[in-house]
Amino acid sequence: MLEVQGLRKVYKSAGRSGRSGQREVEALRDLTFTVDTGELVCLVGPSGCGKTTLLRCIAGLLEPSGGKVSLDGREVNGPSPGLAMVFQEYGRSLFPWMSVRDNVELPLRQKKLPRERRVELVEQALEAVGLAGTESAFPWQLSGGMQQRVAIARAVAYEPSTLLMDEPFAAVDAQTRADLEDLVRALWQRLGVTVLFITHDIDEAVYLGQRVVMLSSSPTVVQDEVTVDLPADRDQLHTRADPRFTALRTHVYEQIQAAKLGAVSQAAPRS
Amino acid sequence: MKRLAYVLGLPVVLFAAWFVISAGSENFYAPPLSRILESFGRTWTLDRLQADVLPSLWRLIAGYVLASVIGVALGVAIGLSRGLRATVEPVLEFFRAIPPPVLVPVIMLFAGIGDGMKIIVIVFGCVWPVLLNTVEGVRAVDSVQLDTARAYGIGGPARIRQVVLPAASPQIAAGLRQALSIAIILMVISEMFAASNGLGFTIVQFQRSFAIPEMWSGIILLGLLGFALSLLFRLAEGWVLRWYHGLRSVTKGR
Repeated sequence: MLEVQGLRKVYKSAGRSGRSGQREVEALRDLTFTVDTGELVCLVGPSGCGKTTLLRCIAGLLEPSGGKVSLDGREVNGPSPGLAMVFQEYGRSLFPWMSVRDNVELPLRQKKLPRERRVELVEQALEAVGLAGTESAFPWQLSGGMQQRVAIARAVAYEPSTLLMDEPFAAVDAQTRADLEDLVRALWQRLGVTVLFITHDIDEAVYLGQRVVMLSSSPTVVQDEVTVDLPADRDQLHTRADPRFTALRTHVYEQIQAAKLGAVSQAAPRS
Repeated sequence: MKRLAYVLGLPVVLFAAWFVISAGSENFYAPPLSRILESFGRTWTLDRLQADVLPSLWRLIAGYVLASVIGVALGVAIGLSRGLRATVEPVLEFFRAIPPPVLVPVIMLFAGIGDGMKIIVIVFGCVWPVLLNTVEGVRAVDSVQLDTARAYGIGGPARIRQVVLPAASPQIAAGLRQALSIAIILMVISEMFAASNGLGFTIVQFQRSFAIPEMWSGIILLGLLGFALSLLFRLAEGWVLRWYHGLRSVTKGR
């Protein structure tokens, strides 16, 4: 279970005028939401809403200024072995000097797993993402979609309780994207992991999630939350044509628009 | 086959030109190439290779390896720590600006005229390109790669060995390549000052005893040695950095 309570993050940048010139930028104001064990929650927000900051706080890569994040009941204050992350920039997140196998295996070696177990996990993970047979290739020899599959395999092999995905399909083409969305849902159903999926794509959020959390513009709060009451078995063709799907996406769209407008009306008096 | 022709084409032409132009040379200091080549076989016998070339090579390799290890180790430390960088960088710039040959007499005072002195001179000259390139390479490691390493609990020595060093390796290799040619130059120079054997020493001996064709043959040998070493380096680099060259050819093609 992932709990985010009153999360706040303020960046301080030293101004030129020394003592008095400290400029503060409030990225996250007050964020509270929960992802239950085994749940798949999508997070959407207008661009520039502090998604990356939020994600880095959850992953333990960034210290929050206030509030706290807990994972499975324990407060996060550094990268946790219970959490695996899939980054948006697969090309920069996979290590180009390692083969596909070594990329997936490296975190397992850090976990000090015995060799046989590592081999087994790597094999299963690559099999699960449909990449069996590419073990000895370098990641850059594969297509973009396949590279992101390697990154997903690396996360899955890590055996996390929670999977954090940061706009993982923003950089792949539409068809590959549809395949990868189905892959994520299939893996989630099979492995029973908790998934927090961050995206800027409203359709994707509604298609994937059991719940969609909408964020406001920066400084960020939770704008709204909606439960996606679509059947658990989803497919690209029928789910997306479902009137309920359309109604949900309209709702999310309106909320995101409202969030953007809110930001404008908030900013206007100041300037 | 075609590549081989490209590689060998110009050297063959140059040698042929030298051969033809120098053929009737009466100049004592620029004897015909035919005489130089003739003396080459006579001069560089197995005994002499053992007595002079091997010691030179040993100093070269010892100095080069030492400089590489020191340069990479210090470079990683300086590249990773901002505080260390701010403290050390001005001093490094100063030391780097000193031409190493100037230091030969000074180093001789401390380290004598043995192998130690020559190795120190080589190290002092070679360490800078390695060090500075390593610092730059380490500083330029992709932040997403570092985040990935942290998120997956890859820290400490594993982070340096598995992520930082490989990520910086193309830049480190560029430094090592520069250092190799500096090492050869300094090997010869250090042997010219004070030595009892070695390639540089032998060439100077020939010159002083007016054995001009032999002197020229030594220079040719030096050139061949440098060529062979850089060829070896390129082969090794091509193997170690095959991922980098592959990656580059892929991203260029897109």
